[in-house]
Amino acid sequence: MSIRSSSTAEQLHPPQRESIESAVVRFAGDSGDGMQLTGSRFTEVTALAGNDLATFPDFPAEIRAPAGTTFGVSAFQINFGSQKVATAGDAPDVLVAMNPAALKVNLRDLRAGATIIADSGSFKERDLKKAGYEKNPLEDHSLGNFQVVPIDISALTLESVRHLGLTNKEALRCKNMWTLGLVYWMYDRERAATQEWLKQRFAKRPELAEANIAALNAGHAFGETAEMPGIHGFRVAPAHIAPGLYRTVTGAEALAWGLVAGAQAADLKMVFASYPITPASSILHTLAPLKSYGVTTFQAEDEIAAACAAIGASYAGALGVTSSSGPGIALKMEAIGLAIGVELPLVVVNSQRAGPSTGMPTKTEQSDLYQAVFGRNADAPVAVLAARSAGDCFDAAIEAVRIAVRYMTPVILLTDGYIANAAEPWAVPDAAKLARNPAAFRTDPQGFHPFLRDEKTLARVWAIPGTPGLQHRVGGLERNYDTGHISYDPENHQKMTETRWNKIKRIADDVPPQAVDQGPFRGKMAVVGWGSTFGPISRAVANVRAKGHDVAHIHVRHIWPLPRNLGELLRGYGKVLVPEMNMGQFRTLLRSEYLVPAEGLNKVSGQPFKIAEIEKAILQHLGV
Amino acid sequence: MNAPAPAAKRQPKDYASDQEVRWCPGCGDYAILKGVQKALGDIGADPVNTVFVSGIGCASRFPYYVSTYGFHTIHGRAPAIATGIKLANPSLDVWIVSGDGDALSIGGNHLLHLLRRNVDVQFLLFNNEIYGLTKGQYSPTSKVGTRSPSTPLGSVDMPVSATQFALGAGARFVARAIDTQQKQLPVVLARAHAHHGTSFVEIFQNCIVYNDGAFDNFTAKETADAHQLHLEHGKPMLFGPDRKQGLRLKPGNLELEVITVGANGVTEADVLVHDEKNRVQAMMLATLQPPAFPVALGVLYCNPALTYEQAMADQAKVTLARQPDGDLNKLLRKGHTWTVSA
Repeated sequence: MSIRSSSTAEQLHPPQRESIESAVVRFAGDSGDGMQLTGSRFTEVTALAGNDLATFPDFPAEIRAPAGTTFGVSAFQINFGSQKVATAGDAPDVLVAMNPAALKVNLRDLRAGATIIADSGSFKERDLKKAGYEKNPLEDHSLGNFQVVPIDISALTLESVRHLGLTNKEALRCKNMWTLGLVYWMYDRERAATQEWLKQRFAKRPELAEANIAALNAGHAFGETAEMPGIHGFRVAPAHIAPGLYRTVTGAEALAWGLVAGAQAADLKMVFASYPITPASSILHTLAPLKSYGVTTFQAEDEIAAACAAIGASYAGALGVTSSSGPGIALKMEAIGLAIGVELPLVVVNSQRAGPSTGMPTKTEQSDLYQAVFGRNADAPVAVLAARSAGDCFDAAIEAVRIAVRYMTPVILLTDGYIANAAEPWAVPDAAKLARNPAAFRTDPQGFHPFLRDEKTLARVWAIPGTPGLQHRVGGLERNYDTGHISYDPENHQKMTETRWNKIKRIADDVPPQAVDQGPFRGKMAVVGWGSTFGPISRAVANVRAKGHDVAHIHVRHIWPLPRNLGELLRGYGKVLVPEMNMGQFRTLLRSEYLVPAEGLNKVSGQPFKIAEIEKAILQHLGV
Repeated sequence: MNAPAPAAKRQPKDYASDQEVRWCPGCGDYAILKGVQKALGDIGADPVNTVFVSGIGCASRFPYYVSTYGFHTIHGRAPAIATGIKLANPSLDVWIVSGDGDALSIGGNHLLHLLRRNVDVQFLLFNNEIYGLTKGQYSPTSKVGTRSPSTPLGSVDMPVSATQFALGAGARFVARAIDTQQKQLPVVLARAHAHHGTSFVEIFQNCIVYNDGAFDNFTAKETADAHQLHLEHGKPMLFGPDRKQGLRLKPGNLELEVITVGANGVTEADVLVHDEKNRVQAMMLATLQPPAFPVALGVLYCNPALTYEQAMADQAKVTLARQPDGDLNKLLRKGHTWTVSA
């Protein structure tokens, strides 16, 4: 295979470069040091270099925590390689620490022998004190297990941009680019795309563009010329990636675009109503500029209003979508109950985060599954879907829209803070080839009442204001099955409750049977996951299978209703292990639905699973 | 899909649905329903394009009884639902029906934001100063000392004034009417309908079961003349049995006082002329209470501004001029891409 890109030229690799299969690099610094930006630039050029990759941005909830403190540390990890990369990597090979706090917070995650590149210029007494160090760890031999490379990045950055006459503060803000230049050299990355990006970003301050480029080049030159132990050139060959057009995408972007694609496939305008909340806001930000795609965004006064505005929009014939994170979804639930009762399409996106209550807003978790499936008053079923990766958010969003429109029901789409923010290479789909799912509005007044149903799907008719002859009243009060009028009749309530229940259950007839992602259809063990655990589970299963163990990986998208064949499928395995980032919510669901003795691997640290953690659990449960 | 209304003028009965009205006998809501149906006929409202949206409470049953489209939603949230309806289809004619608890207690936040955004809807607040549907607890508009099942010793908290709240939230149209005044009510409603932006109408509604006579101090036969000021734009603010009482600014003070034409050399020229575009005056009118003052009725304030939908549409027009096609493939390929060939 070969890579073509306007910004990537063929380059000869100096013979001294060591060929490696993959590397895990973590950039860590103060939240004001630009680490997320540094990471995303590295991601782009790494994608352009043809490696497969996965990333993990990990940042504090504080926007600008006091400088130099441990709670203000922001990090970005990338795993890239010449093979399929499933996760952001268990343990970094290289840590770039822009200050003592960054070193302190991230040290425990490094593999033994990892390289630590530290800005020694930021390890002054004051910096050390803020991070809680009594002695300078770069000098006191406490880092004996690692290859420590202290470089006075601050001073070298100032030197590299001195000729541009910036203020000291402005000049020091180029530190991240100097560091990036050095890491580019280490992994043989091209600088052109980043230089171009800097020119665009600082189009209004060309002197800053120039300074950042100068720092980037200086860091690169430093790597080339400095003969320092630890600063070592590597070569990571391009991965075998399926041919096609690629870009990097975050889960939030892919989800937003998937909603647009879904609405277009349904021939509907979209009204996206949301209230800002971490980590869901980026979906609102992505959609806000898309008016020409039939998208109206509405920043509501609160979560409840956002859900209600979306319901109002669906009532009037648009696709209503609302989005939030767990605490916000809790506020929306009464309104979702209304949408269930009046049977209107509604897509509810939940970018899950660690809880309960405010919890850890920027940290990931999968603990809103109960909330999605069960978390409403009364018998109030909805469809629930989960996206497995950043790119998969696109397809999952299209599916959510399809089900909402076809079944006239709210659909809760679960994603999480990890895939919302993480970027990955994505094969860009051809919009013209996406399946169509046109919405059908009722126009015929003959025999009309608002709760006429499709015999197959049990979906009610969608009759929107403005349609001659279809004037009708709907509401939260129970509706008569045969007329739609208010009804307190006992048998009618039984029938309507069962109908709403059966309508959701019938969705299972309309989704693909559960596939096995890896391994046999029957065997010793199935590792069953959902959502963003896909990456680490798939690699862990691949690793234990490579060791000869009889293990399969099943990853479930349709959380409710579950795929028709799932129970039978699970009964074909001796053991069922369910790794999830909660205390066992999907496991409970599988046990209660299928009476299978599913066991759990539960992690609620706010961090994604490591491959090794899952591998270890698989082997333990296999008894080997 | 939005068919033009038939030319023939509709009668109030054309706006009655086939549903049996289920309010308590003697409820003020019957009168309001009648007034609204008359107003709809007078306006020539097209039932096909008209939507009544409500929250929860006695008043919120209203949509079931009108032959238009109707959506009976959840407690306090009708303004948010209505905003969504207007975002999806700005050409719909949307009326929100709410009560004092629905609008000013559980839904206070949504009403605030509806008003400040100036969404083009009519908002009718049926104020009976009590929770009727939950059997008689005091409400956010109940007078201090209201005895109710939840306040057996009398309520201690200050009531909120609906019209002052609306003006404070930035409403551009604020009016008042009395449920039983079938001459004035449809006129006020027609004015509300003609206004572009959120039209806020407080309707004093008598709850015969739980708060009978709450407004007797200005609606009863014996008090009405003395304590009702029917506002007309550009006309002196006169009231009283012989229209001899008037309002004027107290000299040297930013407050209103009652004067009597013909007494102490006061002439009609001394009486303040109602200017419905004057927000400060509207705020002063909203505060007037018997026995010292009359209750100001009719249009207190009407001063149109750009509506939310129009502002949104104007923005969309600019965007559409720049990127007209909405081609998804272009969106997905925007930014950095690369090709992997076999």
